[in-house]
Amino acid sequence: MIGMDEKLSFFKDGLRLDGRLPDELRPIKVEVGVLARADGSCYMEMGDNKVIAAVYGPREVHPRHLQEVTRAIVRYRYNMASFSVEERKRPGPDRRSYEVSKVSREALEPVILTSYFPRSVVDVFVEVLQADAGTRTAGINAASVALADAGIPMRSLISSCAAGKVDGEIVLDPMKLEDNFGEADVPIAMTPGGEITLLQMDGRLSKEELQRALELAKAGCQQIYEIQRKVLVDRYSHMDDAGSCDEAVAEEEI
Amino acid sequence: MDRMDRNVVVPGDILSDDPNRSGEGTYVKDGCVRSLLYGMASSYKDKMRVIPLAGKYVPSPGDTVIGIVQDIVFSNWIININSPYEGLLHISELPRKIEMNEMSKYLRIGSSVMIRVKDVDSTMKVELTMNDRRLGILTRGRVAEINPTRVPRLIGKGGSMINMLKKELNCNIFVGQNGRIWVDGNDDDMDLALKTVLIIEKEAHTTGLTDRILEFLRVEKEARS
Repeated sequence: MIGMDEKLSFFKDGLRLDGRLPDELRPIKVEVGVLARADGSCYMEMGDNKVIAAVYGPREVHPRHLQEVTRAIVRYRYNMASFSVEERKRPGPDRRSYEVSKVSREALEPVILTSYFPRSVVDVFVEVLQADAGTRTAGINAASVALADAGIPMRSLISSCAAGKVDGEIVLDPMKLEDNFGEADVPIAMTPGGEITLLQMDGRLSKEELQRALELAKAGCQQIYEIQRKVLVDRYSHMDDAGSCDEAVAEEEI
Repeated sequence: MDRMDRNVVVPGDILSDDPNRSGEGTYVKDGCVRSLLYGMASSYKDKMRVIPLAGKYVPSPGDTVIGIVQDIVFSNWIININSPYEGLLHISELPRKIEMNEMSKYLRIGSSVMIRVKDVDSTMKVELTMNDRRLGILTRGRVAEINPTRVPRLIGKGGSMINMLKKELNCNIFVGQNGRIWVDGNDDDMDLALKTVLIIEKEAHTTGLTDRILEFLRVEKEARS
């Protein structure tokens, strides 16, 4: 709060600094299958956040001792590019990115059917190219689409977004200014059925405020889910019934 | 969520409200059949199933696949079968008796083999066999790789696509369940065969593909003569 002019406000005529309503998401852009070498990939923009997710696997586990006999393991690496923030970020993993990686992995793991692929690994890489508050939620959204694109069996997609508190009001999807100078930030991730797989809170909220924040964030996740689903469906918009042919095995002599 | 736009589904989409109709690529939750995969939903023998649009090959017993020898260990060849799991070929699974110290003479690292999955256990240890007249070492021709989920399309309904390719291209073609394809013929025919296979892979989800491929081959062959 230091250095902030008291007269400055986060709202102008009921709209936020970037012209959004309190319950409005930033514009979202999604693209699937952007990387040829990955088994599944997704590029996503949520406002000024730009992230790219790549999924590899299921594949053999290296190093070997990490492998689980009965199920696949999931590895998630969240990484910020050094140019993704205003002040150059020192490259490499730090305490924050370890934490974000862990909670993001735990947000996605519950929907992945790891028991289908014993002794293997599903690797998820999320690279943040440009950050503007909410990179972990953007990363989870992109990773979820990339996992589907890789053909990994999942119970559902995962959608994620945050709610925050600025000037005493609860708002959806805070941008950088609101996040830095606001009073609270609550990122969540959930299935379209409403099961929450990630819930964090930074700052202070009353019980009622938290409930309101959850309500807003859940509504935001539903909107994001529709976008995720649409981009996947539209990718194969022209369809064929002959694709589902019988499992004939061609047999030929050498 | 209860939608099926043109049959493309994403994980979690509801396919049916009758739990007994749960087929391949689906699961049941709250009495509804839901999709596990991003793929195409269809009804098959009154079950709903989802055919994936991407994914890795998971070996299952009886599959005929094309493998590449990766390593030779004590009385076993370790074979890459284009899957998260490697296959083991024991010397006793060869059609003829081979001495342990002669293993690398018969099958070197890098050799391609046409092979059958004999058994897969719950920890995904894959046992392979070559003990069949139709199986063996590939000494001629070329091997290409496509996504294993496109294999049914390359074969076609009752083998329609693959038989057409063999006839039109004058090539011997074998499609392994793991997405590796072996073609054998003269060089020009093989070039065209591999080109065609890649087109089929790319357009596997479109309608009237067999006819379009036939047309494509006619044009290509005319251009050649």
